Amino acid sequence: MNIHEYQSKMLLGRLGLPIPRGEVADSPEAARMAAERLAAEGVPAFVVKAQIHAGGRGKAGGIRRADTPEAVEAVARALLGRPLITPQTGPEGKLVRRVLVEEAVSIVAEYYVAVLVDRSLQKPIVLASPAGGVDIEEVAARRPEAIFREVLWDLDRIHPYQARRLGLRMGLQGTRLAEFGRIVQGLVEAFWRYDAMLVEVNPLVALTDDRLLLLDAKVVLDDNALYRHPDLAALRDVEEEDPLEVEAARARLSYIRLDGNIGCMVNGAGLAMATMDIIQWAGGRPANFLDVGGGASPEQVAQAFRILMADPRVKAVLINIFGGILRCDRLATGIVTAAREVSVRVPMVIRLEGTNVEEGRRILAESGLNFMVAHDMEEAARKVVELARGGGS
Amino acid sequence: MSILVDATTRVVVQGITGKEGRFHTEQCLRYGTKVVAGVTPGKGGQVLRDLPNTDGVPVFDTVEEAVRKEGANTSLIFVPAPYAADAILEAADAGVSVIVCITEGIPPLDMLRVVEFVRRRGARLIGPNCPGVISPGRAKVGIMPGHIHRPGFVGVVSRSGTLTYEAVFQITQRGLGQSTCVGIGGDPIIGSSFVDILQLFRDDPETRIVVLIGEIGGTAEEEAAAYIRETAFPKPVVAFVAGQTAPPGRRMGHAGAIILGGRGTAEAKVHALRAAGVAVVDNPARIGEAVWIVARSWGWG
Repeated sequence: MNIHEYQSKMLLGRLGLPIPRGEVADSPEAARMAAERLAAEGVPAFVVKAQIHAGGRGKAGGIRRADTPEAVEAVARALLGRPLITPQTGPEGKLVRRVLVEEAVSIVAEYYVAVLVDRSLQKPIVLASPAGGVDIEEVAARRPEAIFREVLWDLDRIHPYQARRLGLRMGLQGTRLAEFGRIVQGLVEAFWRYDAMLVEVNPLVALTDDRLLLLDAKVVLDDNALYRHPDLAALRDVEEEDPLEVEAARARLSYIRLDGNIGCMVNGAGLAMATMDIIQWAGGRPANFLDVGGGASPEQVAQAFRILMADPRVKAVLINIFGGILRCDRLATGIVTAAREVSVRVPMVIRLEGTNVEEGRRILAESGLNFMVAHDMEEAARKVVELARGGGS
Repeated sequence: MSILVDATTRVVVQGITGKEGRFHTEQCLRYGTKVVAGVTPGKGGQVLRDLPNTDGVPVFDTVEEAVRKEGANTSLIFVPAPYAADAILEAADAGVSVIVCITEGIPPLDMLRVVEFVRRRGARLIGPNCPGVISPGRAKVGIMPGHIHRPGFVGVVSRSGTLTYEAVFQITQRGLGQSTCVGIGGDPIIGSSFVDILQLFRDDPETRIVVLIGEIGGTAEEEAAAYIRETAFPKPVVAFVAGQTAPPGRRMGHAGAIILGGRGTAEAKVHALRAAGVAVVDNPARIGEAVWIVARSWGWG
């Protein structure tokens, strides 16, 4: 689960990591008052940062400096209530609903630090680079020697020598080196404390007075672990997510909107991707990825069906199910239930195979629903592509 | 011969009294698997009756009892995600040698500790979030539909669940059969990798062809390709990589991309596998056909 920058910083600040002084605001007036409070603490200048779930905000004009509370208000007015378009948002951008008002600081160096799991090592690792702030992926591609890593052999802690080694390789010395060690330890602690998939600080900055500060931070939480973190689950901002994807997530379905016109409902992520592959192979374009999962109930299948039918771009639907945990009879019951409630306005191709397949086929056949049966994936793909083009029946 | 499970397999089902546990226990028994015990903490002492091919399956509170009293050597886990990591640890601690975890949604950070412990205990973990293992005609330890399988010489290893059934079904329809099919699971942290299973297939005289079903994300396919190339894997391998047309998945910040360094895409995986001499098919409906062609070219068809 993605959360906002201000939320990430709040979580990290709570563990004693050094974050800039700041407040989140949802109106220009609130932004000015936040700046006034910071000014009262002696903050001389401010930065206003648009809070959306996407990177690339700086270059898109979503992060701006302001020297007075009045200027903060003006900047917030320019940002709030408008979409911000960055390379990661897509052409429609993302609506800015909140801004983070922070103290402006004098930066002398920018670093990169991240904690995440390396799947092939099956261990968490810390990645760090002295080339922070800029496009770190480009640094990794062009100058891999500027990226350093330490493997957490003990899983939940980085040994002091490892943190020191990282800092030294990055060219840190003296108080900065010691402070860097503390920060890396804190980030590893946060990674475990919050059951994170990723803790990324870019940039970690050194200030003129030698202090280090987490100028920008991103924490990605593990949806599967949210059951033991009700406080973190509450950080979800559903407004940042696609409404159909939110609805799908509520029904514990995995749904991703794509730009084609053939709706797909498949059980299992691998088969769902293979179904998208074969639709494309047959000359069509999938409208979505929809995995109803291994143990879907008839209710979930019905919900999946409603989500498919709610997408106006869908011109034809392919249901491809190979029953294992998800028994074909359950799937068929779900489809029949949903089709009775939702008007089925597009042609459907159904391909069923696997556990309880005869029972599933019987339920569908006796339902009176209008659909085409396909006996294998290739036939199913050819048929649905033809139907989406408006041919055949 | 086969790998991982065979006629000597004695299964304890953890989470046997749950809905899925009960349903699939019945399916495994019907297939002929020896399910000798179940475990549900707090329900020890019950005996599950009315199950096929058995006089009853005793339920214990602990895996240790199932091993001691019923000689269980393999565990099949249906325990819900919040308790599944613990269930795997318990099975490994009780001395079970093959642990198959079906459960989906175990936090990867929990799995980091689990895989270390399982390895230390010398047990082999398949999964989690996998369909399990089947050696057709001998034992089914998982949730795959048994009837689509048929004994034969094709070893199947896959990160997917249902896509594995698809591949198996196609192989069977071509008149061929499988030695063992292993779903290693789709999670970021799993007990056995492609390479682990390829090693077992290499030493299994019954397996003549290996089918490898990969998908985008991670680097398991690239590692399999390197293993096949570097060890001059002695058996022909047919592969499919799902997600060739999938959009880039959810980004794990910059760090995820840095670790992958250009690997992880379907293109990179297909390229690595082809460079290792693997026959990679582009159309997932033609996996069975590709296996059949390889079998015929070796005179096994």
